[in-house]
Amino acid sequence: MWDRNEMAARAAKEIKNGMYVNLGIGIPTLVSNFIPNNIDITLQSENGMLGMGPFPTKQNVDPDLINAGKQTITELKKTSYFSSADSFAMIRGGHIDMAILGAMEVSEKGDLANWMIPGKLIKGMGGAMDLVSGVKRVIVIMDHTNKKGESKFLKECSLPLTGKSVVNSVITNLGMFEINKEGVRILEIAEGSTVDDIKKSTEAHIINL
Amino acid sequence: MEKVFQSAEKAIRELIFDGMKIAAGGFGLCGIPEELIDALKVSGVKNLTIASNNAGVDDFGVGLLLQTKQVKKMVSSYVGENSEFMRQYLSGELELEFTPQGTLAERMRAGGAGIPGFYTKTGLGTVIAEGKEHKDFNGQTYILEEGFFADLSIVKAWKGDEEGNLIYRKTARNFNPVAAMCGKVCIAEVEELVPIGSLDPDNIHTPGIFVNRILVGKHEKRIENRTLSE
Repeated sequence: MWDRNEMAARAAKEIKNGMYVNLGIGIPTLVSNFIPNNIDITLQSENGMLGMGPFPTKQNVDPDLINAGKQTITELKKTSYFSSADSFAMIRGGHIDMAILGAMEVSEKGDLANWMIPGKLIKGMGGAMDLVSGVKRVIVIMDHTNKKGESKFLKECSLPLTGKSVVNSVITNLGMFEINKEGVRILEIAEGSTVDDIKKSTEAHIINL
Repeated sequence: MEKVFQSAEKAIRELIFDGMKIAAGGFGLCGIPEELIDALKVSGVKNLTIASNNAGVDDFGVGLLLQTKQVKKMVSSYVGENSEFMRQYLSGELELEFTPQGTLAERMRAGGAGIPGFYTKTGLGTVIAEGKEHKDFNGQTYILEEGFFADLSIVKAWKGDEEGNLIYRKTARNFNPVAAMCGKVCIAEVEELVPIGSLDPDNIHTPGIFVNRILVGKHEKRIENRTLSE
């Protein structure tokens, strides 16, 4: 089984030199820790920044410089700043190569639910709906099952959708999966996990199982 | 036309009325018009509709206007950090029009540019698309979203001049340029008011035509999520 860092490390392998990438809140934020030095990428933060640097030291904290998770951040030599309208022109216009984000549920058709639980959790979609509909490739990182042990990788999502047929790849604690027109395919099984573990924890139909 | 005002309270006077629509700049607590929000609170104006990406936190930002129940409706993409908001919303006291972040930015930009509607893929197949016109372009389906037209825009910039030309700083720019565009009247509060001629004309983010009133504010610039490198 992969832990949070191993899932993030697996996602990092999908990032190629020169890409513009948007990382969501939570485990996706960890992905930047696993990008090799010889790979040069540009991180976009949808509140209006390209070229996001690491978190600041105590002396370098700047309240005017935050990421989309509202965390304090630093700039790089190549950084640019812009308005929210320009930021989402990049996103909606298909200029961002990859978005990596978390999920509550993913369906076998690539539907994604990650923004609300009716009656319980009403936080909002933020930029997630724009990202999944506009970015070239969408990778989800999530635990394969919820706290009750129920599958989060489903035939149909039960929660309100963030996007329909938008997820291209899913990385969970059990492995990595690809979703295309034919269906869901296992690409890689996490060390210490088995095909049986995946079978037991997956409601979605997997075509190469 | 003299644009410079001595305080936020003077700047909003005779512009405010109950039931008005306001567009506010800011992302989280970053780049929010702190003094104008305070002035609205003090004025007691009610039944506001506020388009703002977030609703502040309980005791800061737009959250201050929620505490005093001056807000009828929020148009926002993410309201997760405000428990008073959640309480009022779940009890039915407060209306909420969830709008995806990019759609909200474009709605403000479109409103300011005189564009009443535009088509986008964002939200297709979700509750956001329900009841909205769908139209195909080049084999892809899009939904119709409407421009946002506000009675008043309130924004915060780093530097401004007496003409209302504005420059923002780093990610405090965010929604401010588009919020500034979509109001019948826009008031900007700045950290520093500089004489005409001291801003580089090539580097102005919001040209003064969009700004009707300007004032110097003191800004707490509260940090929501202070994260440090190890």
